[in-house]
Amino acid sequence: MSAVTVTVEKPAARRTSLFLRRPNLVIGGAIIAILVIIAFVSLFWTPMPPGKMQIIHKLKPPLAQGLLGTDHFGRDVLSMLMAGAWNSLSIATVAVAFGASLGTLLGVTAAARRGVFEAVAMRANDVIFAFPPILSAMMLGALLGTGRFTAIIAIAVFMVPVFSRVTVSAASQVWARDYVLAARAAGKGGVLITIEHILPNIANQIIVQVTIQLGLAILTEAGLSFLGLGMAPPAPTWGRMLADAQTYLGTAPWLAILPGLAIALTVFGFNMLGDGLRDLLDPREKGRT
Amino acid sequence: MKKRPLLDIRGLTRDYVGNALFSRPHVNRALDDLTMTVDAGTIHGIVGESGCGKSTLARIVMGLDRPTSGEVIFDGDAVFRLNDKELKRKRRDFQMVFQDPFGSLNPRHTVGRIVAEPLHVLDVRPGRAETRDKVAAMLESVGLTAAHAERHPHEFSGGQRQRIAIARALITEPKLVVADEAVSALDLSVQAQVLNLLMELREKRGVTFLFITHNLAVVDAVADMVGVMYRGRMVETGPAQEVFASPLHPYTQVLAAAEPSIEKFGRPASQQKPIAAIADIGVGCSFRNRCPIAAARCAVEQPALRTLSPGRQTACHRAEDLLPSTQPAKARRI
Repeated sequence: MSAVTVTVEKPAARRTSLFLRRPNLVIGGAIIAILVIIAFVSLFWTPMPPGKMQIIHKLKPPLAQGLLGTDHFGRDVLSMLMAGAWNSLSIATVAVAFGASLGTLLGVTAAARRGVFEAVAMRANDVIFAFPPILSAMMLGALLGTGRFTAIIAIAVFMVPVFSRVTVSAASQVWARDYVLAARAAGKGGVLITIEHILPNIANQIIVQVTIQLGLAILTEAGLSFLGLGMAPPAPTWGRMLADAQTYLGTAPWLAILPGLAIALTVFGFNMLGDGLRDLLDPREKGRT
Repeated sequence: MKKRPLLDIRGLTRDYVGNALFSRPHVNRALDDLTMTVDAGTIHGIVGESGCGKSTLARIVMGLDRPTSGEVIFDGDAVFRLNDKELKRKRRDFQMVFQDPFGSLNPRHTVGRIVAEPLHVLDVRPGRAETRDKVAAMLESVGLTAAHAERHPHEFSGGQRQRIAIARALITEPKLVVADEAVSALDLSVQAQVLNLLMELREKRGVTFLFITHNLAVVDAVADMVGVMYRGRMVETGPAQEVFASPLHPYTQVLAAAEPSIEKFGRPASQQKPIAAIADIGVGCSFRNRCPIAAARCAVEQPALRTLSPGRQTACHRAEDLLPSTQPAKARRI
């Protein structure tokens, strides 16, 4: 019966474009793709060197000096936004990669071991989860000094419980399947079953969670820079651009609006992409693809 | 001289202890002092209603769960006294076919990989080419083709999937295959095909089957011996044909009467007492509240499984009253 439905639906599905079927996926994917390209380009080329001050050209509105104007030191806003994109995306990506691997490892182990290990690991997660990331970043900043490393650790620590929760519930569901029982009847142990059966079947949920958490990590990184807990001053970040713009809100509003837009657009893009991927990959939605 | 049985289950008990945070701990006895033997080369059916402990029995026989007490002796070895390594080695001799043909195959693996999985238990694992040949031969012997090994489970129908599951169970050439509701999820015509396949495999390969089901017709069709379970206990055992033709336990009678057939359309008017308070563990016969012939003795003494006639055992104080010679004809339903 299922074979029949597949052959009936496939040609129909091809006729409508991906954009109409999955607008979230396409819009989100496009935004993120453009941002990633801009971030990489900033490593080799920006209209002006992002740190270069030209005090005579300070606080020029967009198009008067450069495409997007200049700030209070006469630095080119477009160049700073481009370099900031690299800083934001790289910190968020590394932090989420750390948090996702550690959280997933914890989650699959808890699901495989159950019992006391699961209880202790999950309660420890709850404790970490109870701290706002900004607060733990401030504590870490006091301990390690501010900078890229502190920002990454602060965000990653906050991501671990998120991923271990998602993983432990998804993995527990897979553990209850008969094919896992069959693998145990074939004499396979927890590690082998986790690698061969659990991880491939929860990968979708983890991927979706990664995109959503990337958006959140961008936002957290911006918040940390805004408070001066992110990367050290000469390096441009969206958060500190916002913080610096506060003083000139009345005279040079574009200084606040532009980095604010960049942050909002990035978070929006990741959330759209996450939503789209969830629709695409979620097995419960499979009947509708 | 009697041959040593392939599977010898002695006094098997499994308690599940409910230990929720905000409720009193309670014990749920899934298996209660269950004793049975399975001879090599037979198809041994186990029947009983949902929740009677059939699946717990299957899991324990497969070494996937440990009993609270009791012993499973498989081919001369007490399974739960083996260490992990010995148990893993032993696993090549017993494999399992599961109920749900959709949940028992990993959707992300190819059929070839699924069927080859139990080869993991072998001390000397076959190489890639040899594995492929083994899988191909196995798929062909269950009525599929070697080319199917490249495909994924979702490309197959329920009956084909169950054939894949059977191929997986047989790849290590086990002595015993535990089939837990192996055909219950299939259409009737497909059920018949799969049952024929099992009987054919028994004949060709001498595999012993422990065939667990709630469906009496299926047991009647394929099983040589049958055991009837009720609330974790074996209440009657014997050759399948005889047990259903002339049950020696009131529960078997109830089961047989509840079976739909051409002659009696719909359900028979219930003559049973409604299921009253559940009997406490260990005090009296657990079936007495539903039993049409319960006597005073049944409330105080739990009946043990005893041999009534050659090959027939029953756990009923009043089984003699059910013997064909003394039983009034109108009370018999089959």
